[in-house]
Amino acid sequence: MNRIDKKFYDLKNKKTPAFIPFITAGDPDLQTTKVLILEFEKRGADIIELGIPFSDPIADGPIIQASYYRALVRGVKVAHILDMVSELRKKSGIPIVSMVSYSIVYKGGCQNFVEKAFKAGLDGLTIPDLPVEESDEIFEIAKKNDFKIVCFIAPTTTEQRMSLITQKSQGFLYYISVVGITGIRDRIPNDVVQNINKLKQMTNTPIVVGFGVSTPEHAKLIGRVADGVIVGSAIIKEVEKYTNKHSTELVKCVGEFVGQLVLGTKG
Amino acid sequence: MVTTILKSKVVEQKDLSESCSLPDKMGHFGRFGGKFVPETIMPALDQLEKAYLAAKNDPAFNAELEYYLREYVGRPSTLYYAERLTKKLGGAKIYFKREDLNHTGAHKINNTIGQILLAIRMGKKRIIAETGAGQHGVATATAAAMFGIECDVYMGEEDMRRQALNVFRMKLLGTRVIPVTSGSKTLKDATNEAFRDWMASVRHTHYILGSIVGPHPYPMMVRDFQTVIGREVKRQIMEKERRLPDYLIACVGGGSNSMGLFHPFIEDKDVKMIGVEAGGLGPEIGQHASTLTSGKIGILHGSASYVLQDEDGQTLPVHSISAGLDYPGVGPEHSYLKDIGRAKYVSITDNEAVNAFQECARLEGIIPALEAAHAIAYTMKFAPTLHKDEIIVICLSGSGDKDSFEVAKKLGYKI
Ligand SMILES: Cc1ncc(COP(=O)(O)O)c(C=O)c1O
Repeated sequence: MNRIDKKFYDLKNKKTPAFIPFITAGDPDLQTTKVLILEFEKRGADIIELGIPFSDPIADGPIIQASYYRALVRGVKVAHILDMVSELRKKSGIPIVSMVSYSIVYKGGCQNFVEKAFKAGLDGLTIPDLPVEESDEIFEIAKKNDFKIVCFIAPTTTEQRMSLITQKSQGFLYYISVVGITGIRDRIPNDVVQNINKLKQMTNTPIVVGFGVSTPEHAKLIGRVADGVIVGSAIIKEVEKYTNKHSTELVKCVGEFVGQLVLGTKG
Repeated sequence: MVTTILKSKVVEQKDLSESCSLPDKMGHFGRFGGKFVPETIMPALDQLEKAYLAAKNDPAFNAELEYYLREYVGRPSTLYYAERLTKKLGGAKIYFKREDLNHTGAHKINNTIGQILLAIRMGKKRIIAETGAGQHGVATATAAAMFGIECDVYMGEEDMRRQALNVFRMKLLGTRVIPVTSGSKTLKDATNEAFRDWMASVRHTHYILGSIVGPHPYPMMVRDFQTVIGREVKRQIMEKERRLPDYLIACVGGGSNSMGLFHPFIEDKDVKMIGVEAGGLGPEIGQHASTLTSGKIGILHGSASYVLQDEDGQTLPVHSISAGLDYPGVGPEHSYLKDIGRAKYVSITDNEAVNAFQECARLEGIIPALEAAHAIAYTMKFAPTLHKDEIIVICLSGSGDKDSFEVAKKLGYKI
């Protein structure tokens, strides 16, 4: 069984939502990324969303964009990231989904990219710039490897598209809570609860909410309705604060922040 | 030497009429094109496509578009026989399609008028755009002012410096120019930023993309709005020469002025097409923007096309003296025409373009945009290899007023 499916199966029995921290692979460096993932696991994170840095992210706001930039300037390559994941797999079985632009997947060749990612120990991909209409090829390849392709639903998604997407998405469904890009926000939009409930009637696939979720309070709110909570920019902002500090200090401080988010989600 | 590149495989007529009917329903031109954008804006693209297809078949929309192109833009633009340039080069007869004479001084307004009429039909309250040279920004700001619609234009900081005059023009027209400081601070980054804005504003904002790039339906729609160039040329050259031209030559940034010229001639297989890209300072990575001549297939800004990327798919840095050609991608339809051998693509360096810029000014009394100077520069090499009764039509995509400052600097003048 794929690690993501198993995780949601276990959480369902425990009746608790998943907490999913997002971090950029290679920001500030891949060794720190690896240690951060282990730290997040220790602090109770359920799944990791690992961002593969991209030069031209369209769905991401300034915080994640800057983080990608820091990683790319240091010369992080897809091959290095996958090596880091293989290394990590010697110590951890935490499910990891990579957020990656289709520009990168396509360049490597769909089949080649999925096979390498799977072999390295990734459990799935979320591809923010790949709509369902263009996704047949990757779904076919992923299915052969029990590898998950997680699809997005936005507040702007029409009912017709919703049913198309809910049928296709594997592992979980990623509900984008805001009309807009990733970033830190003051509050959760009012229509989130309503839209999640609508989705729940359409599918049994776990529904996870991200984009704009920034504080333990937000996480708590989302955790009550959804099957999981993703926090990205707020965590990256913490990473950014400590980029020039020693790696141990960074890991400790970012870890503490993630610990609070876990408590919020599960509380 | 230059002519060898034109001995292409013969493309069957049947294939050409099929090519003309592209893209398919999903926006594919063969293996190029498509829609690779976040789910948030997918519904808006669907809405845009539906609205565009309905408008295209609506006589009232077309009449309105024609009205503004005639009365406001000043179309048709002339097809001018460049007699002194022709004589100096001593080869083929050279015509300029004078898009520089359009209101705002470039071909870009053909598209912005079309899209703003569409935005109004869709009930959108705000317009955004990206701009490189500032010509598309000015054309968008102009249309927005004329129709009284709020407008924001994203522009890279580097381009704002190079094209300060256009920044001021946009401000005069009541547009907010938003500086983009990420990445290379040029057109690619301005495009990213416009997409990010649209992610959040999509419900009430229309994004006027300025070239035949981006996700479907943009490459098709922008092309259609720009084909007014080629349709006019076809009529005008028949009046003047009683025959079609032998060569069409145009510069390729995203590819809209060139496709606007080429597309109406795709089925006329004796008409050869040459797109001219920015060769910048030389062939090394980061020194040029020759996407079709040295890129590989990849995805950038929502469609599959030739693109300048590294082995991971990260966009490579590009350079051109001309801000409008300083872009690592190209319209998917050009990639398709290249693959089937229907069009050829070549590149011209910064220095060659600056030289052509000056030659054109001195010989014809026309200061061309640096972008268009690339097409002229290639013609200066190519025309002498042709016979006197062959005909070349160059798309003079814009006026060089905007570039005078940058060229002066390059030539060591202080203004
Ligand atoms: C005068 C002029 N020509 C050409 C271009 C390049 O664009 P395209 O290849 O879409 O015609 C620009 C873009 O800014 C321009 O301003």
